[in-house]
Amino acid sequence: MAYDKFKVLTSKAVPLPLENVDTDQIIPARFLKATERKGFGDNLFRDWRYNNDNSPKESFVLNNSVYSGKILVGGKNFGSGSSREHAAWAIYDYGFRCVVSSFFADIFRNNCLNIGVLPVQVSPEFAEQIFNAVYDNPNTELEINLPNQTITILSTGAKESFEINSYKKDNMLNGFDDIDYLQNIKGEIESFANNLLL
Amino acid sequence: MSKTLFDKVWDSHVVRKIEGGPDVFFIDRHFIHEVTSPVAFLGLKSRGLKVMYPERTFATADHNTPTINQHLPVEDPLSANQLKALEDNSNEYGISHWGLGHQKNGIVHVIGPENGITFPGATIVCGDSHTSTHGAFGAIAFGIGTSEVEMVLSTQCIMQPKPKKMRINVNGHLGKGVTPKDVALYIISKLTTSGATGYFVEYAGDVFENMSMEGRMTVCNLSIEMGARGGMIAPDETTFAYLKGKPLSLKGAAWDKAVAHWKTLKTEEGATFDKELNFKASDIEPMITYGTNPGMGMGISKHIPNADSVEGGIATYKKSLDYMGYHENDSMIGKKIDYVFLGSCTNGRIEDFRAFASIVKGKKKADNVTAWLVPGSHEVEAKIKEEGILDILTAAGFTLRQPGCSACLAMNDDKIPAGKYAVSTSNRNFEGRQGPGSRTLLASPLVAAAAAVTGVVTDPRNLI
Repeated sequence: MAYDKFKVLTSKAVPLPLENVDTDQIIPARFLKATERKGFGDNLFRDWRYNNDNSPKESFVLNNSVYSGKILVGGKNFGSGSSREHAAWAIYDYGFRCVVSSFFADIFRNNCLNIGVLPVQVSPEFAEQIFNAVYDNPNTELEINLPNQTITILSTGAKESFEINSYKKDNMLNGFDDIDYLQNIKGEIESFANNLLL
Repeated sequence: MSKTLFDKVWDSHVVRKIEGGPDVFFIDRHFIHEVTSPVAFLGLKSRGLKVMYPERTFATADHNTPTINQHLPVEDPLSANQLKALEDNSNEYGISHWGLGHQKNGIVHVIGPENGITFPGATIVCGDSHTSTHGAFGAIAFGIGTSEVEMVLSTQCIMQPKPKKMRINVNGHLGKGVTPKDVALYIISKLTTSGATGYFVEYAGDVFENMSMEGRMTVCNLSIEMGARGGMIAPDETTFAYLKGKPLSLKGAAWDKAVAHWKTLKTEEGATFDKELNFKASDIEPMITYGTNPGMGMGISKHIPNADSVEGGIATYKKSLDYMGYHENDSMIGKKIDYVFLGSCTNGRIEDFRAFASIVKGKKKADNVTAWLVPGSHEVEAKIKEEGILDILTAAGFTLRQPGCSACLAMNDDKIPAGKYAVSTSNRNFEGRQGPGSRTLLASPLVAAAAAVTGVVTDPRNLI
């Protein structure tokens, strides 16, 4: 599925400094029963966000109106566990376009890149600076500049660069996905397959 | 340059290398199930694409199926709808479909190997992170997202950067009551859940060489729980003996030719790894987890670590113990439990049922315990009956359910109630994983059996 192009995103951020946030927390398995990619944002962080009677848990950051924005800032090892792309869909559907963490789980990072959510990995020190800045002033904005591969805390001017491979970067900048690429080399794939043993 | 097992399999599946980007990586075998495939098929339809090699994809229903009364219509309309979508999509695109009620139905990572779909040197993916299980056969196998499922359906390829390489060596003799599950939980407790992120693991050493295929599958299955995309073990005579004669295994001369090739699939002398770790078998006890990720495990006789002695955030650690209702320095032995779950792609195979039965034989299920024993497939279920294991279980007060993923992820009705404790042979103890508010203690089938007959966490070595 093609997605919106990503160039420069300037937005407030939502802080979630817990470590090892797994995809079962991002979207519990009982909400994976859909056969269409619709409405997953409603159940993003379902069991941290709502009580059993569906009333909001006031202590959870998504229920605190002080914090908003298109950038989610998570703790170390964000997105571990299940390969469910539904986790990335839920984050996208809720309105986030970028997740920042000092460390991402592998499959989650891949899933994000495939649907147009930019995973930005920063140093632990820079992650700490972001949390401090956002807790000091929830209106603090971050600038994610994909062409330059930089992330800046606009209130302090602190800046760090981040890694992304040039192929995925081009995809994000242009809103392309891997299927667009693979469709164009099907002949090459076919010759490869013809030479396989099994 | 000397090559590792992983290099050999990876490099032989690269269709094209992209400068500054991923490899175009060819997939030999693709498994799909009802939960992560429907949106991929919608994607195909919206783009007007076909399935390029339907004979390389295999569908089974497992994640969201009931484990009782499978002959009746599925009650939950959303689940029924997913199962129908899998069946319809498989039929429409010519994909083999082993749906609910089919004699070959079962958990995807159990039925793949037992039917010979899995083979050494293969590249295997599925929209499920425990696809790493198939690495036990010397395959590169890993979990993918739904966008990638769509890629494999339409082009039989995905776009993957080659991961870094890690070798984990475990040598020596495993002690009494120490199973492959304990070996894996021990390694994860040392590496943490992110210690192998970015790596593909090769398991080596005599502990794995002496392990059965079932045991190797348990170990490779849990590779993802230390963050690795997958783990693999070089194929050997144990591997070939397991696969020979399986329904979809090669036959005759083709089999002999394949085995000759598979014998070359080992890491060469002098090949290098980005990281290499060594562990001693004698250091490993029966393991149990006390927290909310699989890295929070310890020998069953140990005490829960202090927050200041663990790596990482103290707040996260304390939140985890709070959720479990446990405290620093607590002993796990003697903790009361409410549920026992034997099953899943980690420990739902025949050896796991044999191990469980070896402990409960001649004893009775504890009154305070609800036990769910769920075979990984109909074939496992049939063997349980054939081998007389069902009689042992029945005499001890247990009943057998029907195959599926069941309480491992609790998508169906097999949910552990809020606040209750489950000793579970599955793979994840995340908050709410086995049902909202559920508390999971991951362990081997032996530890699960010891808990099931005593009603509390018990060292199985005292019952062997």
